Amino acid sequence: MTEHDTFAPSFAERRTWYLRGCGGAFSIPGLILVSAFVGFASLAKGAGLTAAQSVFMTGVVWALPAHVVLIGAILAGASLPAAMFAVTLSSVRLMPMVVAIVPELRGSRTPRWVLYALSHFVAVTSWVVAMERLKHVPLDLRTSYYLGLGSTLVLGNMLVVAAFYLVADSLPPAVSAALLLLTPMYFLASLWGSARERATHYAMVFGIVLGPAFHLFMPRFDLVAAGVLGGGAAYGLHRLRASRLTNEL
Amino acid sequence: MSFDAIDAWWWPFVFILVAGWVATDFWRFLGVHLGSRLSENSDILVLVRAVATALVAGVIGNLVIFPAEPLASTPLLLRIGSVVIGFAAYLALGRRVIVGILVAELVFGTGLWLGM
Repeated sequence: MTEHDTFAPSFAERRTWYLRGCGGAFSIPGLILVSAFVGFASLAKGAGLTAAQSVFMTGVVWALPAHVVLIGAILAGASLPAAMFAVTLSSVRLMPMVVAIVPELRGSRTPRWVLYALSHFVAVTSWVVAMERLKHVPLDLRTSYYLGLGSTLVLGNMLVVAAFYLVADSLPPAVSAALLLLTPMYFLASLWGSARERATHYAMVFGIVLGPAFHLFMPRFDLVAAGVLGGGAAYGLHRLRASRLTNEL
Repeated sequence: MSFDAIDAWWWPFVFILVAGWVATDFWRFLGVHLGSRLSENSDILVLVRAVATALVAGVIGNLVIFPAEPLASTPLLLRIGSVVIGFAAYLALGRRVIVGILVAELVFGTGLWLGM
């Protein structure tokens, strides 16, 4: 840490880095996220949500896998506790992501409430962009930068959802069908790319097969069953390989 | 107590708030709380990530096999084929998400156009 870091940044400095953060939203990952939210708007409308409910969900949940699980639970007619349980299980991944980003964000005097508030913006896209760019931002200005990035992504995509919800009905069915294919394809690729260990890849392969398989037999618990069994099996395989590796050494 | 159990304008918002916001920000706040105390590579986090990933993968599978209308009226094999080819392109061409999406949509659009 240099001596400069011990001075509180001026308002002008904060504004500059906040605006640079806003600019970070206009990037390739940001564009892909917009396309995914276009897909979400058609998904939400298809599930019978109103425009206001879809925009509200975008802002307060802000994690597309959770959106998709929540919509799935609504479509299946799940009860509130069951829906909450499925969304909670699907969002565990946010915790290690936040654990990883907190040391990057924290300046010398960052109050804890700022970190709690900023953590709401953590989702795959803002996390990937931030982990890549934060190291080029002065330590005490990183919270300003991330506020710009996160708030622009959230507010921008709330507008995107509102706009596409309104035009969704005037689209030809072939276009709507193609938009509905955006979400699974986006997740398939970004989830595979963000995996940090092979266990995650096993889990993807198991889950993608078990989800539809369980859907046939127990549609209300298909996701939880796919998660627990697929994830457990992937972890078991991971442990098995790890112990084999140690035995060979 | 499902999404349309109570016929009032505020009920869906409460449902989204409890099942959506509480269920996601709980993990985010816990992440801040744990801060750097938990190692990224600890074994329990591997299990936690595997379960979360399998669950989301289950959603991906369902969105392709049992989608909503109008995607549901398109042929199942075309949907699976588009996603498989899109994913293969993603893996083969430098692991760019945008490549996977574009190829999948191109295959899907061509298939629909050919009346498959």
